[in-house]
Amino acid sequence: MSSLVHQFSHEDLLRNRDDIAAGKLWQFPGGIHPPQRKELANKTAIRRLPPPPRLLIPFKQHIGQPGTVLVQEGDHVLKGQPLTAPGPNSGLPVHAPTSGRIKRIGEHPSAHPSALPVSTIELLSDGEDEWTEKHPIADYTALSSSELIALIAEAGIAGLGGAAFPTAQKLAADGQLDYLIINGVECEPYIVSDDRLMREHAAGIVRGIRILQHISGVKNVLIAIEDNKPEAIRAMQDACSGTESLAVRIVPTRYPSGGERQLIQLLTGREVPANGLPKDVGLLMQNVGTAYAVYRAIILGEPLLERVITLTGEALQQPGTVWAMLGTPVDTLLKQAGYVPYPNARVIMGGPMMGFTLPTLDVPIVKGSNCILAPAKRELPASTTEMACIRCGACADVCPASLLPQQLYWLARDHDHDGLREHHLADCIECGACAYVCPSEIPLVHYYRQAKADMREQYIEKQKAEIAKERFEARKARLEREKQERLERHERAAEARKRALAEREAKAAETAPASGTETTGEPSKPANDRVAAAIARAKAKKAEQQKAAQATENPEGQANAKPEAQTESSNSAEALKASPDDVSQTAPGSDPENDKKARIAAAVARAKAKKAAQQGSD
Amino acid sequence: MSFYIASSPHTRQRRTTARLMQLVIVALIPGILAQWYFFGWGVLLQLLLAITTAYVAESLCLHARERSSLSALRDNTALVTAMLLAVSIPPLAPWWVIVIGVAFSIIVVKHLYGGVGQNLFNPAMAGYVVLLISFPLQMSSWVAPVELTGQHLSLFESIHLMLFQYTSEGYSVEQMRMVASGTGLDAVAMATPLDHIRTDLSQGLTLSESLQAPLFSGLAGLGWQWVNLAYLLGGLFLLQQRVIQWHIPAALLASLALLAALGTLLAPDQLPGIDIHLFSGGTMLAAFFIATDPVSAATSNRGRLVYAALIGLIIYLIRSFGGYPDAIAFAVLLANMCVPIIDKYTRPTTYGHPRRKLQ
Ligand code: SF4
Ligand code: SF4
Repeated sequence: MSSLVHQFSHEDLLRNRDDIAAGKLWQFPGGIHPPQRKELANKTAIRRLPPPPRLLIPFKQHIGQPGTVLVQEGDHVLKGQPLTAPGPNSGLPVHAPTSGRIKRIGEHPSAHPSALPVSTIELLSDGEDEWTEKHPIADYTALSSSELIALIAEAGIAGLGGAAFPTAQKLAADGQLDYLIINGVECEPYIVSDDRLMREHAAGIVRGIRILQHISGVKNVLIAIEDNKPEAIRAMQDACSGTESLAVRIVPTRYPSGGERQLIQLLTGREVPANGLPKDVGLLMQNVGTAYAVYRAIILGEPLLERVITLTGEALQQPGTVWAMLGTPVDTLLKQAGYVPYPNARVIMGGPMMGFTLPTLDVPIVKGSNCILAPAKRELPASTTEMACIRCGACADVCPASLLPQQLYWLARDHDHDGLREHHLADCIECGACAYVCPSEIPLVHYYRQAKADMREQYIEKQKAEIAKERFEARKARLEREKQERLERHERAAEARKRALAEREAKAAETAPASGTETTGEPSKPANDRVAAAIARAKAKKAEQQKAAQATENPEGQANAKPEAQTESSNSAEALKASPDDVSQTAPGSDPENDKKARIAAAVARAKAKKAAQQGSD
Repeated sequence: MSFYIASSPHTRQRRTTARLMQLVIVALIPGILAQWYFFGWGVLLQLLLAITTAYVAESLCLHARERSSLSALRDNTALVTAMLLAVSIPPLAPWWVIVIGVAFSIIVVKHLYGGVGQNLFNPAMAGYVVLLISFPLQMSSWVAPVELTGQHLSLFESIHLMLFQYTSEGYSVEQMRMVASGTGLDAVAMATPLDHIRTDLSQGLTLSESLQAPLFSGLAGLGWQWVNLAYLLGGLFLLQQRVIQWHIPAALLASLALLAALGTLLAPDQLPGIDIHLFSGGTMLAAFFIATDPVSAATSNRGRLVYAALIGLIIYLIRSFGGYPDAIAFAVLLANMCVPIIDKYTRPTTYGHPRRKLQ
């Protein structure tokens, strides 16, 4: 809460708490009102589909480290059986969403703007949908917070609002919290997953919220829902009635009110500090879907195997919502919804504001997916010609982060990275409001993403250069030292010889017979030294070669080579988001990577940064 | 199957620059009609000349800069520049005045600075100032409103005047002006109300004496008040259509009105009041159409308030104490110069960053 102290004086903070308790709503700057188009998919109940014949389960579906694979090709697995063991640093496992046989473990295109291949387990369903043993918890209050957090991690739960940040990690963060905010805003047009979930499973969501409350020790909960979802509001209000500490807050429909930072501003008048987290201002936010997943994990003992996906757009004959098993290929889902393909179609994963177009449909649904949007040819106006910026300022008027998008655009075009930092590019949540209103149809967000990736790449380059320089300096110093030592040795040896000679001469002068045995002793020492140094050098060289070999071997086909690249870059994307102003705070990328790897990393960084920006809750 | 790949957002408000400019042009129509009604054919002829010149100049520039001329022409920004300049100059000014002015606006002020969005100065006003300095005589021979003349010069005579600077009977605009003031006969040309007041005041008359002139039988000068009201109407339409935001017109008019009120309090017989300031000269045109030019205005809303208030201040100062009767163009250009500074100090605080305190 340290930042709260900075933002508010003590009395202000007390007043702020009173205001929040009284149900006051604040404003966030900017925002837009794009056509909602929610009616397309929110009329029908969430459908349950038979298990798809084939599932593609990426190892890593969250932000963080991938797990290590526990199964082998050909193995038979049961529904709910873990397929990977969580890696270090709070990684999450993935589970078999249905029973079947592991067909292949290897690279497969991912749900990513460039369909970047990632390590994926291909599972052929046997159609039985046979469960492994479940471990429901009858009375969760009997368990401690850390035990429950461990269970949530074991169930593989990541934020289902889009960012896919491990829920357990978020819960484990300490700090004194005064509100838990449950995000059911779903401000992005077209998407109705949370809407349907709240209508149909309000009770389960509320039980999940109670568990979250128990874990985090937060007394008060605010459940935020946009006023365009009256049924969901009613369902949640009913489910909350009788529970003092839960309050439903109806927020006006305005994009992007579901953005984590915007919603916090809206409900509490507080601002998460740049580089900070909600907990810095005493808040914790979870998505309604996450709360429901927590309920299923603890009370029913079911790990995260499926999620609600909105299938919508006018190119679908039966739009609606479905419970999709994680790993269901997009084309399977689209077929179920009666997709009518047409040449050069657009299929968007996510919503129209922040989603990304898919280059191929053979990619799986993952924990962070929430919508597949298949618009008809003329449904969403594709951008036409980009015209010159007329500095109309429309973009600045709608920016929820109070940035100056047109300034960022000029700076990005000029590759002025210092200027971009100075104008807080990193605080851009890539919501797209600016590009939405721009009369010159400038793809502003695209410029920002590119600039962020460039800055990232440049930073990595700089790091690499610095490391190389350090190495070079070290080597130079070592050579210098060795040279010095050699010189000294030679001098010593020469002196010893001189001394010996002098002694001998002296002896010879004193006594005629010369013994000479002593003379070999002294010079032999330097010789020994030399051998030892040579051996040490050879050893060091060998070790270095081995290291280099490892580094070059890695990118080839090894199952866990890519995830490494990906984690690093996704971490970096996160880091970029987390420490916006100063990219130089983050420090990964110490191993020499070849260009290709860097490029992949940059691509993933771009995608991840975008995804992370979709922090609508979670 | 190939898919269409695009960057988010995948939807846009369908409101292109061209469309915005169209709305601006529509909003100009009431004012243009009023000017036509009160000051005759000249204004329409000037518009025609200005638009033609703008298209030719824009095409030439785009050709020279190797841009596709069609797509840029379609954004209509040159059209708006030309129209704003055309309605600002005396309706019967010789044809080459507007041609030079528009050509300067488009070629020098807009394209030599790098095209749409890059120009520091409002092109129409920069063109106006160049004309005012280069051709002071032609630029100050305004036409008398129809209420004083009874009828306009015919279309034929207007064209004749613009082409040859003489009517078919051989009178020049200046001669007609002298004839008019000497004999009280129907006049074609005369000073604008603001000009009139300035001249009278400099000759030792008081404001109330000056306002006795037949020119002022209305609120703020015959004809002029209606023209201003018509531009106000167009401006309100722009506001309602959200083509412009309220900040600039409101701040400009408020600062001008406030200063005018102060002036009346301090020197009621020397300084014109609110009515004259707001409804005479080009005040409304400036507030809704000229100062709101997005390219050369400040960027943030707070900045725009400062920017427009500054224009109001400069207008008032020049009108009251400066050497020119109306001061819109100078005021706008001076404020344009201050934009970088205004922008610097009115930058909004980014979310999550500490609010900057005013020193
Ligand atoms: S909305 Fe577009 S044209 Fe207007 S200032 Fe922003 S970037 Fe420029
Ligand atoms: S995308 Fe970034 S710059 Fe544009 S409106 Fe959203 S936060 Fe502001």
